[in-house]
Amino acid sequence: MAVISRGFGARRRDSDPHLPPGQYLTEDFPVLSAGPTPRIDTAVWRFGIRNEAGAEVSWTWEEFLALPSEDVHTDIHCVTRWSKLGTSWRGVSLDTLLDAVDTDAAYAMAHSYGGYTTNVPVDELRDGQAWIAYEFDGEPLDPEHGGPARLLVPHLYFWKSAKWVRGLTLMDDDEPGFWEQNGYNMHGDPWTEERYW
Amino acid sequence: MRAENATSTVDGNAAAGMLWDVFGTDVTALVGVCGGCGAAVPFAETVVELDEAAAIVRCRSCTHTLFTVLRDEQGVRLILGVLHEIVRE
Amino acid sequence: MTVGGWSAARVVEVDDVTSSARVLRVTVPGWPGSDAGQHVDIRLTAEDGYQAVRSYSLGSYGPSDTIELAVDEIPDGEVSPYLVRDVLPGDELEVKGPLGGYFVWRAGGAEPVQLIAGGSGIVPLVAIARAAKDAGAAASLRLLYSVRTPDDAIYRDELERGAADGGVAVTWRYTRTAPTGWQGAVGRVDTAVLRASVWAPEAQPVVYVCGPTGFVEHVADALVELGHAPGRIKTERFGGA
Repeated sequence: MAVISRGFGARRRDSDPHLPPGQYLTEDFPVLSAGPTPRIDTAVWRFGIRNEAGAEVSWTWEEFLALPSEDVHTDIHCVTRWSKLGTSWRGVSLDTLLDAVDTDAAYAMAHSYGGYTTNVPVDELRDGQAWIAYEFDGEPLDPEHGGPARLLVPHLYFWKSAKWVRGLTLMDDDEPGFWEQNGYNMHGDPWTEERYW
Repeated sequence: MRAENATSTVDGNAAAGMLWDVFGTDVTALVGVCGGCGAAVPFAETVVELDEAAAIVRCRSCTHTLFTVLRDEQGVRLILGVLHEIVRE
Repeated sequence: MTVGGWSAARVVEVDDVTSSARVLRVTVPGWPGSDAGQHVDIRLTAEDGYQAVRSYSLGSYGPSDTIELAVDEIPDGEVSPYLVRDVLPGDELEVKGPLGGYFVWRAGGAEPVQLIAGGSGIVPLVAIARAAKDAGAAASLRLLYSVRTPDDAIYRDELERGAADGGVAVTWRYTRTAPTGWQGAVGRVDTAVLRASVWAPEAQPVVYVCGPTGFVEHVADALVELGHAPGRIKTERFGGA
């Protein structure tokens, strides 16, 4: 039986029903990266989706901005325990992008400029669950936060919302991306606290 | 040494307690050789992301994960990554 | 009594040393003694079983079963405000340690030693300074202590008295506000500050750097730039900015 410390625990954060377990609210927007910030000129930016047969569809920046886009208001949850409620983004829905692709694949690997990868099931990218976001809070997305464009999948831990995204590779079988190879959960649902292996 | 409430990026010194739970002794002075890049460095000098439940221990030279320590109600596990050798100098 | 590595311990003294930091003395029955530079994990358990564990460096060293730690309060924290504001002599907690076989100093080395502290990183370096003075080795040690303002310096009086009286020589660096009458510059530690105050690379000192992660990495990079061998720089990083 552990020794009880008199009066300890009074300052603990009450669990907030709006937050997933183990998360704490922040007003900031912390920047966490495994490496340096890539700087990508929109003149050379491409976003491509390669299907399981190897066929690719891609968009230049101009073509991408010409696609229908939406405003997204959502909460984001980082595995390092901070959560930010009520964030505002603008982006192109993955439903729009995947409509241009012929696929039955079950999984996707997101690839980023700089080499980052992360895996997400395709059915968690569809049905209004994911966007390629290029604006945050009404302004063009800052390179520090993943601009020109990042994947936004807010229902999973935020390491899945790959910054500086350049494309998706569709796969029949799930494979681990960068953090998933390094101790983080393959799926990453904040509400069931799927943080680690 | 650990930032309150959030995971923090520190070094292997801060993981000494969690590693003690695995080995029953302090191992921070042991040298780990990275199987990814060959760097041979004391565990104290690794890059560590640490919170109550886990320590992800990475090579400072090539950033690949050497090993991960996970702690839950059942006990403690150390899952090897690219750590290739441990040397006691 | 030790269970799963945890020893029951009792707070015997608390001493508010700055507006945000407190020194605590804790008696740990059966304590095996510690080397200068080591730390402990402290575990607190609430009445409902909720637990939290945090690491704190020891300012003390040696065989005594009363250990000393200094805790700096992190605003909105869960554990440091409890230790700095709420804990009273007589209160109980659990201790695991001593921990850390790497960031330690033992007497008998031939080379000079440089200690560099950022903020509350001073704590393990005070243990080293005390051990060096007790061993008659303080002449080969130097300390560079970087703080925001003089009031933020934990162990300030002890270090100043020691420097005048056979203890380790101290160079102060104020990053925000210096004491009245201060002749030197104010600002972060940079290569110029290090060149002026640290044992020269030719002396091949062993360097101990302790503080927040950003401070430690900035200082370690600057030392390497000045010509210090990376293998002779020992670092200990705290979380946070």
